[in-house]
Amino acid sequence: MMKNAIEVRGLTVDRGGQRVLDGLDLDIAAGVVTGLLGPSGCGKSTLLRSIVGVQKTRSGEVTVLAEPAGSRPLRDRVGYVTQDASVYEDLTVTENLRFFARVLGCDQAEVSRVIAAVDLGSHADAVAGELSGGQLSRASLAVALLGSPDLLVLDEPTVGLDPVLRRDLWRLFHSLADSGVTVLVSSHVMDEAERCQRLLLMRDGVILADGTPAEVKERAGAEDVEAAFLSLVEGAAA
Amino acid sequence: MTPRITLAVAVRVLTQIRRDHRTLGMLLLLPCLLMSLLWWMFEGLAPETFDRFGPALLAMFPFIVMFLVTSVTTLRERSSGTLERLLAMPMGKLDFLLGYAIAFGLVAAAQSVLAVAVSVGLLGLDVVGPVWLLGVVAVFDAVLGTALGLLASAFARTEFQAVQFMPAFVLPQILLCGLFVPRPALPDTLSAISDVLPLSYAVDAMQTLTQSSSTGEVWQDLAVVAGFALACLALGAATLPRRTD
Repeated sequence: MMKNAIEVRGLTVDRGGQRVLDGLDLDIAAGVVTGLLGPSGCGKSTLLRSIVGVQKTRSGEVTVLAEPAGSRPLRDRVGYVTQDASVYEDLTVTENLRFFARVLGCDQAEVSRVIAAVDLGSHADAVAGELSGGQLSRASLAVALLGSPDLLVLDEPTVGLDPVLRRDLWRLFHSLADSGVTVLVSSHVMDEAERCQRLLLMRDGVILADGTPAEVKERAGAEDVEAAFLSLVEGAAA
Repeated sequence: MTPRITLAVAVRVLTQIRRDHRTLGMLLLLPCLLMSLLWWMFEGLAPETFDRFGPALLAMFPFIVMFLVTSVTTLRERSSGTLERLLAMPMGKLDFLLGYAIAFGLVAAAQSVLAVAVSVGLLGLDVVGPVWLLGVVAVFDAVLGTALGLLASAFARTEFQAVQFMPAFVLPQILLCGLFVPRPALPDTLSAISDVLPLSYAVDAMQTLTQSSSTGEVWQDLAVVAGFALACLALGAATLPRRTD
């Protein structure tokens, strides 16, 4: 039996007077790359924020690596990349990483390791504010890799990246998963679905499908994930 | 609270300031230039006039500047997502707040050394008490400004709002601190209000220092300023939720 890294039970979240998630139940297996796919505004970020433990929730339970989400023992075991590039734009890439490494209490040798992992070696001394959007999001990803966390929660980490880099990053995610790390990646681009070992299709705060890409397509009787998504939405509406 | 993390925040904030040459220049030189302006204004008047207003201004600069700088920078941390990331890490709220307080306290120390040196050395400000204590008071004022700025930033949604908290939080304190009307001469209600405003004590400390060589009262005023700063930091920590909407 596969162990779950994340268990969500009856999660309800309101934002700005709107119910974003309503009694959501969800399990995410450990040691695989799970893709959370859905259009923007469907509640992906809210779900990820709840898993990291920075989202105010109304009710329900989120258990991460057998601890309550956001609790103290998890704070150096979960790497989190927000949708904004959460790095200091007036510091260099290296200075940013040195700072976060100090906060996490991990070895300063980690800094050069994660810079290499996201292929930012040539920009290690560049001020973050002068990087391109793609470089900036890689710098932010590097911060999340510090200290080799057991769970990586990545909110749209591949937006605006060059296809070659995108492929390299997915390779990185898979090699991390092979070493036992649970990787949860959100995306609004359906063609990234095929790169995930498991898929969660989400719309309007509801999980439409949950399974391997092949299972999701088969159940919907569709050629690709985008078509599966459409047929699931229309099936739910009918 | 973890000293390693508090220190990391302080070092990081100082690195950011060091990179921003314009801000650094303004932080260090502006108080000196404004003190010179004040001295020049009073050129034709009795020399005591500068001695009367100078100390109050030395107390205000670090307070106002640090209030503004802190409320805007913390708000930037909130809106850029770095604060959310830090709070998802093993970062204590007090680590964050004290880190800022330490960094800006150090900047204020440098700022006040320069401002005091110019005021006393070049402009002839008369200080009866120990000159070094002027610097200590200035650092306390800066930490107070930082703490109040951290607290104010909790109530602002945008940097635009944060800047407007300056007149709301700071101007009344300047009006009531005894600079324009000596505090005992204020109407009873206002005098009572000025008794619970921290800047009053900061200005009192500066004025006592320039007029008398006994330092007991100065330390009492400083204790009040420090108490206010700690209370603001504690309130600031309470208004810094790990979970947000």
